[in-house]
Amino acid sequence: MNKTKRSHRSIVVKSVIIVFAMLAFVFVGLVPMYNLICSWTGVTGRTGGPYDVSANQVTDSTRTIQVQFLANNNDGMTWEFYPEIRSIDVHPGELQTVIFKAVNNTNRTMSAQAVPSVSPFQATNYFHKTECFCFQQQQLTAGEAVDMGLRFMIDPDLPRDIDTLTLSYTLFNVTQVAATGENYGQ
Amino acid sequence: MTTAIQGHESHGPAKGLTRWLYTTNHKDIGTLYLWFSLAMFFLGGIFALVIRAELFQPGLQLVQPEFFNQMTTMHGLIMVFGAVMPAFVGLANWMLPIMVGAPDMALPRMNNLSFWILPFAFAMLTSTLFMDGGAPNFGWTFYAPLSTTYAPPSVTFFIFSVHIMGASSIMGAINIIATIFNMRAPGMTWLKLPLFVWTWLITSFLLIAVMPVLAGVVTMMLMDIHFGASFFNAAGGGSPVLFQHVFWFFGHPEVYIMILPAFGIVSAIIPTFSRKKLFGYVSMVYATGSIAFLSFIVWAHHMFTVGIPLAGELFFMYSTMLIAVPTGVKVFNWVATMFRGSITFETPMLFSIAFVVLFTIGGFSGLMLAVAPADFQYHDTYFVVAHFHYVLVPGAVFSIMAAVYYWLPKWTGNMYDEKLGKFHFWLSFIGVNVTFFPQHFIGLAGMPRRIPDYALQFADMNMVSSLGAFLFGASQLVFLWVVIKTIRGGEKAPNKPWEGAEGLEWTLPSPTPYHTFSTPPKID
Amino acid sequence: MLSNKFWRLFAVSILWSISYLAQAEWIFNMTPGVTEISRSVYDLHMIILIICIVIAVIVFGVMFYAMLKHRKSQGAVAENFHENTMVEIIWTIIPFIILIGMAIPATKTLAEIYSKEPSDVTVEIVGYQWKWRYRYLDDDPEKEVSFFSNMSTDQKEIDNQSPKSEFYLLEVDEPLVLPTNTRVRFLITANDVIHSWWVPDLAVKKDAIPGIINEAWTKIDIEGLYRGQCAELCGQAHGFMPIVVDARSPENFQQWLADKQQASMAEASLSDKTWTQAELMAKGETVYQTFCAACHQINGEGIQGAFPGLKGSKIALGPVENHLDMVIDGVTGTAMQAFGAQLSDTDIAAVITYERNAWGNDTGDMVTPQNVIEFKTGQ
Repeated sequence: MNKTKRSHRSIVVKSVIIVFAMLAFVFVGLVPMYNLICSWTGVTGRTGGPYDVSANQVTDSTRTIQVQFLANNNDGMTWEFYPEIRSIDVHPGELQTVIFKAVNNTNRTMSAQAVPSVSPFQATNYFHKTECFCFQQQQLTAGEAVDMGLRFMIDPDLPRDIDTLTLSYTLFNVTQVAATGENYGQ
Repeated sequence: MTTAIQGHESHGPAKGLTRWLYTTNHKDIGTLYLWFSLAMFFLGGIFALVIRAELFQPGLQLVQPEFFNQMTTMHGLIMVFGAVMPAFVGLANWMLPIMVGAPDMALPRMNNLSFWILPFAFAMLTSTLFMDGGAPNFGWTFYAPLSTTYAPPSVTFFIFSVHIMGASSIMGAINIIATIFNMRAPGMTWLKLPLFVWTWLITSFLLIAVMPVLAGVVTMMLMDIHFGASFFNAAGGGSPVLFQHVFWFFGHPEVYIMILPAFGIVSAIIPTFSRKKLFGYVSMVYATGSIAFLSFIVWAHHMFTVGIPLAGELFFMYSTMLIAVPTGVKVFNWVATMFRGSITFETPMLFSIAFVVLFTIGGFSGLMLAVAPADFQYHDTYFVVAHFHYVLVPGAVFSIMAAVYYWLPKWTGNMYDEKLGKFHFWLSFIGVNVTFFPQHFIGLAGMPRRIPDYALQFADMNMVSSLGAFLFGASQLVFLWVVIKTIRGGEKAPNKPWEGAEGLEWTLPSPTPYHTFSTPPKID
Repeated sequence: MLSNKFWRLFAVSILWSISYLAQAEWIFNMTPGVTEISRSVYDLHMIILIICIVIAVIVFGVMFYAMLKHRKSQGAVAENFHENTMVEIIWTIIPFIILIGMAIPATKTLAEIYSKEPSDVTVEIVGYQWKWRYRYLDDDPEKEVSFFSNMSTDQKEIDNQSPKSEFYLLEVDEPLVLPTNTRVRFLITANDVIHSWWVPDLAVKKDAIPGIINEAWTKIDIEGLYRGQCAELCGQAHGFMPIVVDARSPENFQQWLADKQQASMAEASLSDKTWTQAELMAKGETVYQTFCAACHQINGEGIQGAFPGLKGSKIALGPVENHLDMVIDGVTGTAMQAFGAQLSDTDIAAVITYERNAWGNDTGDMVTPQNVIEFKTGQ
């Protein structure tokens, strides 16, 4: 009888370890894997953080890339939000600045977070932003209008089969989070 | 197999209601699980009938779209977690100790706990129907942000309820693994185990691997909703697509959890009524293992339209198509078992044969769905609904009914009424096909899932489907009657009512004594 | 053995069924559609279906044969065999080969769908609860045509109070007009929850996910109207946000686009016009039916426990300011959206006027587009 009791323990312990390991795997495995694969491949189009342009960045004037800009409000965000221009032709390696306009047309101070997404996804990791209003939350008081800048460069190594890419910003209302640290949208 | 030697039974079951509350006996707990799952089957079935009643004709006649979404969600949750899974666990509880020659499950008290938290979880889940904002209405697959930012307040109870169900499944699985590994009677080697034991062993491994993933995903939901996290919210750096990957990483193995035990049941019944040993036993074990392994690498076939790059789509398409191979092997083996056998068609055999045919049809629609470019036209339509109902209803549910008819004489000591059993079978067979076959057509014709109202060209097939649903639903009352009638009395059942049956359970008296194999049986 | 006659009859009925299904009308089978991709997908679907049917006939044929011929009641005696490694190998390899045979055309079609080529027209598609917004991208944002596309089926038809029209639930107020024989690129996202944009005749289905932009494309061969639906559960009116594509010749399309540009400039000037109460009420009723009635109901009574009634409500009878705020800014965390971002100033004025005077509310208030502009800028 003792022998049976001891060996149940071994299986139970191993099973419980597997259970907690799989639970942990979700948080420290699956989630980081998803983020890693997304940033590696550029799928879902989430562009990276501030980029340092090297001093001897070469411009490739033989290629012209059309970059289109989209701007949308998420539910709960009512600001006017639009790019000054719909698209621009750039040479890879060349720094460009584009303005997005935002107007807080409500009667209260609000905070916004812009979330970028690039299509086709293969272009995501070749789209480098040196300055972007999406790097931090933007706060506007009632009625305030602002010009938000995006300074970017297309990497000359952009795959040759891409000559048009679209950068879409979705503007989320994060006022409650900014103010009280409470959760988004609720 | 030699005659089993009974141990000295010193007492029968306790008297009164508390017997059921405190029991640690695997037969009692099996009975509790089975009754519970039958009740949930009827509850989930009522929700299905609300759905089919509304879809009987175009236009909104009975319920508002908001409530309709609650019905589809609750129908799915209750059938998956309250009917199918607990029924298989109930069968496991009853039969596994006997099949391996053990006196009970490895951990009888944990077994009791595993069951009793379920009625609590489902009472809580069902009570959400009466809460402000209503029950969960985001589909049983509860994608974010519909299930986080846009969820009704009851979502928190949904999450709690899922945690409890998960805990129950995990504890049950651990119990089963320990029982099968440690408590086999001497001489009961691995390759002598009935296939039902093998399939449940493999299912248990799947359970302990993926139920924690479900727990993880609902915990992330909880954190997003209540604790300011942003796992699935793009504003905070998260992604709704992450939800789908994590959910389906659980979700796909989950559907194999719901079918593997069925394979085991059918692998017991077909040889019995063909009077011939199961063809390709070792092959069947390997095929089951391959299916379980492959189930981990196919999940994104539920997400073909999400925006996955070409290489990813191809990988998941190929891996999903691959699962057809071991599954096909199993079907061929069942057919080969029947071929040149000596077949009779008692009710368990009827359900098992229907399983083989209709599950295979479900498998074919699954293969079609695996083809990613075609899936762009099938995804989120009634074609998918037809597919999974074929594998789950004439698949899993028929196998459960087959098992009940097969082992009812052993459990109760009485033969069930064969005429009534056949009547139940034919009504169910007709009902299930009239309900779900037309759904292939309306799906192909363009009707999306989870809609309370539809365009006129879908009307005829929807009406047919709804009629079938009501027939199928009503037929289950016959099943209930058969079960009750058999418990109360009937022709006395011998140890082995089925001529071709093999296995330790048939060496025991019918009904089985409260305690069995206190002394291990001798296996040759 | 069964007679030859039986087998002939059996084979004929199978072939007949297959050919019937293949040519069957829309109610039984997938549509071949109007693009090269949709036809490719249809052909793939039919090939796989037929292979499955053939395999099923063979396997079930063997099984039914056994059920017929190997019955105990017919005197069959069970044989003893229960394993055969060679057979297991064979029926593992043959299905594997068949699968490879299926995977090749499937890969080819998928690669076609994922091919990258320049597009002449780009349309941004945004899924909302519960409608779609379309924007035709143009280098000059001022010249862009952008509009919402709402289901135009009358609530009365849904409530069975009037007979259902031919395209019940599949009609919209503003279809997506596209040119034929032109590669059109779609940029798809969502405003709130996940939706999915699907038109069967184009074989295009792509999820619309908030915060992420997805891409799809089509090239329509034949002019006509093509209808689709949202294909991802997105809340209560998931079944009520259809899609209509109006494919026209490239010349007609250009003309339509130019006309649309004119019209939106005219719409903008509508807010300058002087409106009468009756005109606002009439327009307001249409706006109400399209945007509000699904929740607040045609009779303004809402749904107990889910959506507040407007008939006799504090908002409709109280200060106009609060009513404007409610409609324009919505209520975060509820189904009441911020319609300020979705409706023109004129539409907002009209619907508020309507709500304040319908169902016996009779406040006599009239809210003009000018009032709306003042409220918005004064906020």
